[in-house]
Amino acid sequence: MTNSLTMDTPAERRRLDEMHQGLVGEPLDRPDGPLKVSGRATYAHEWNLEDTAYGVLVRATIAKGKAAIANRAEIEAMDGVLTVLTDNRFLRNPAQGTAGEAPVQSGLDVEYFGQPVALVVAETFEQARHAAQAVIFDGEAEADVPFDPEAVDPEEQEDETVDQGDLDAAMREAAHSIDAVYRTAGHAAAAMEPHCSIASWDGDELTLRGSYQMLKYNVAELADALGIDEDKVRILSPFVGGGFGSKLGISPEAVSAAIAAKALGRPVVVNMARQQVFDAILRRSETRQHVRLAADEDGRLTGIGHEALVSNAPGEEFAEPVTQSTHFLYAGESRKLGLSIARIHRTPAGSVRAPGEAVGMPVLECAMDELAEAAAIDPVELRKRNIPERHPEEDIPFSSRKYVEALDEGARRFGWDKRNRHPGGLVEGEWLIGHGMAGASRVNMLNAAEARVTLSADGHATVETDMTDIGTGTYAILSQVAGEMLGLPIDKVETKLGDSSFPKGPGSGGSWGASSSGSAVFLACEEIRKAICERLDCEESDLTLKDGTATAGNRSLPLADLLGGDDLVGEGKIEPGKTGEECAQATYGAYFCEVAVNRYTGETRVRRMTGVFGAGRILNRKTATSQCLGGITWGIGMALTEELVHDPRDGHIVNRDLAEYHVPVNLDVPQIDIVLLDERDDAASPIQAKGIGELGLCGAAGAVANAIYNATGIRVRNFPITLDKLIGELPGS
Amino acid sequence: METRLSINGDTHMLDADPRTTLLDALRNHLGLTGSKKGCDHGQCGACTVLIDGRRINSCLTLACMHDGQEITTIEGLGEPGNLSPLQAAFVRHDGYQCGYCTPGQICSATAMLKEAEQGWPSYVSDDLDGAPALDGEEISERMSGNLCRCGAYSNIVDAITQVVGERA
Ligand code: FES
Ligand code: FES
Repeated sequence: MTNSLTMDTPAERRRLDEMHQGLVGEPLDRPDGPLKVSGRATYAHEWNLEDTAYGVLVRATIAKGKAAIANRAEIEAMDGVLTVLTDNRFLRNPAQGTAGEAPVQSGLDVEYFGQPVALVVAETFEQARHAAQAVIFDGEAEADVPFDPEAVDPEEQEDETVDQGDLDAAMREAAHSIDAVYRTAGHAAAAMEPHCSIASWDGDELTLRGSYQMLKYNVAELADALGIDEDKVRILSPFVGGGFGSKLGISPEAVSAAIAAKALGRPVVVNMARQQVFDAILRRSETRQHVRLAADEDGRLTGIGHEALVSNAPGEEFAEPVTQSTHFLYAGESRKLGLSIARIHRTPAGSVRAPGEAVGMPVLECAMDELAEAAAIDPVELRKRNIPERHPEEDIPFSSRKYVEALDEGARRFGWDKRNRHPGGLVEGEWLIGHGMAGASRVNMLNAAEARVTLSADGHATVETDMTDIGTGTYAILSQVAGEMLGLPIDKVETKLGDSSFPKGPGSGGSWGASSSGSAVFLACEEIRKAICERLDCEESDLTLKDGTATAGNRSLPLADLLGGDDLVGEGKIEPGKTGEECAQATYGAYFCEVAVNRYTGETRVRRMTGVFGAGRILNRKTATSQCLGGITWGIGMALTEELVHDPRDGHIVNRDLAEYHVPVNLDVPQIDIVLLDERDDAASPIQAKGIGELGLCGAAGAVANAIYNATGIRVRNFPITLDKLIGELPGS
Repeated sequence: METRLSINGDTHMLDADPRTTLLDALRNHLGLTGSKKGCDHGQCGACTVLIDGRRINSCLTLACMHDGQEITTIEGLGEPGNLSPLQAAFVRHDGYQCGYCTPGQICSATAMLKEAEQGWPSYVSDDLDGAPALDGEEISERMSGNLCRCGAYSNIVDAITQVVGERA
């Protein structure tokens, strides 16, 4: 029995609010927590299959051309070496998120410096690593290869273009206007667990233990890459040590491990070294963004321009959707939005946490700060004045939107009324103090999802889906939804994830995981509730389930008695529908930040940060808060330190490890204050939840940048704002 | 090469390539996969273990250098149902997300508390003498060798603060 729902009409009946167990929304501890804190959770590398051989990938050291191994015989003769593999099925780079088919497979044809082109397999890791380091290529490097995104003719992305009204005229006639070019650096996801796969074959059936976010797509991608049927591939990813987009699609280590394991007839593990993860896993594109804002005397926008240049490798469809939230966040009759892509031979680009808004929103929000300054209007008030009634380009209504509430609540908690009002004017010893704010916005999406829930004869429930928990809290929230619907205490519900043989989940990506898979579990439970009603011979609306007891009218029965030895199984399936097209769905928020900038060195310290977010129904306040903490931490990194640096000669990533690519450390991040607003979005999902995994990042760096401006009077339009960009212009320097 | 490793109170005879790091010995040879490999270069702290009570990046040292020393890994600090105070506090405060940096964080925090007790100053200590009070900034600084890409720092500090409070 599958209970299917296509989201064609808003879910006005808020059934989760009618339930009695009181689990949904509660800040429960993660059920997987004890395994994680005691080192017992099994991540990809941690299965210890008998007789596993170790594979180490070898990277190309040319940017474009044909690689050839010059010393294959010598490598093969090294201690412990089992094979040196090159294969036309090897992936050039990971599949893009939700591709569902193999990415470019280029064997020894190299398209970027660092592309994995060979795999050395040996008895031990030490032998494999040593042999891999001894490989010598005598590849032919091509000349005149483009590496600089601003030095090539870009391709325009037609479907991202909006040209409405007359922005040039609006700019000419504006009482206040901003016309600025911003740049953001490329970013690495840098999930703490490197990409790793263990492949093992049983006849023609492949089991891959890997670190992946979206198993239903990954099975299809891996099968396609290997040229085998999907039903011969099983992927296990019960624990994923961080993803942030970098594990959306099947990546080079998986395919090479599978090919090697088949060739050797034994399990092969391929764990990418940190440097290889930087080299060969999809990066976030750097951007160049031209922003124009035209406003009347009162700061009301009459025009918005946001045109971005991003890059990717030839043949990759993905283009960082920089202007995604600019389309609807603010009013303005005249609009010119565009996205162009430069084809270059750097490491290919793809989705990194909050693709689009992560870099587009901070820039838009910095430009709004510039406008507030120019028009002498409180930045909070400027934003509130420009919130449109309807989608300014598509003329459709918005679903639930908590932008004003977030701005107001954030301003109140932070003490925005006491902010520094004189850029560069607030000094504490050697520190310049500044305050800044920014809005947050991220489009909301639902993705097709299935789940199975079994209510066992003894009265406990099991949730099964191939959905993953990449740190997002899926284990917790799906148990909470099931426990709520079935009236079970949380310790009577178990959630099993990350096995592609389970019903197909939506995958962890695009912030849709919780609302989509939560909805599938909700629907599966509705099916079980129906079956319980049949047994009780009651109407569904008369049924109360709480603490393992079913009550209808004046009858009350423990579930175990009611089941009489039977299991009840319900399957749920959700699909996106018309509510996704008929109204604009997004999540909103606001950030407020206090920085101290050293007046002699230009070093910036973030001293305080408040984030207020509205993301529909919150399924677990603890894990949702953590998602926001993580997002803001990323925002601090983007604002201050994170930057992929490419060698201009061959495009290679110079800072390809965690010592040189600077993610925030503990002392870089203050105790962040997070508020989750109470919200239900009926158009978003039958559980009224929206996505929250990325929202915390979508504008955060803008708040930091605006605070730096407020502290120093220096407007840096080039992220990250490292001290070299401030030091020459600091007041008094 | 034969090495006698004493880990979490058990003795293991390791016969491995001399190039084997302590981290790889634990993970690949001894089935102790609680210690994580985030970078293999001493840059992230995910592999932190305790050697004679002091924290060390196990990826930066060879197994054969630790013959006879007392090694404690995350598995030795506690287990589900019997978690150490820090482990339990990390669960309660959601001091993690994906959990991959977590064993390193907890091993590191375990040793860090002892360092503070013994009066070790840090970069942010006002005073080089006397026992430093572990406020949020002291904890953050002393834990800055353990990266958390999920960005759980605020909650990690809260978890450690709770344990500091319980000990006081
Ligand atoms: S794995 Fe040892 S410090 Fe990163
Ligand atoms: S919990 Fe994921 S890296 Fe810290």
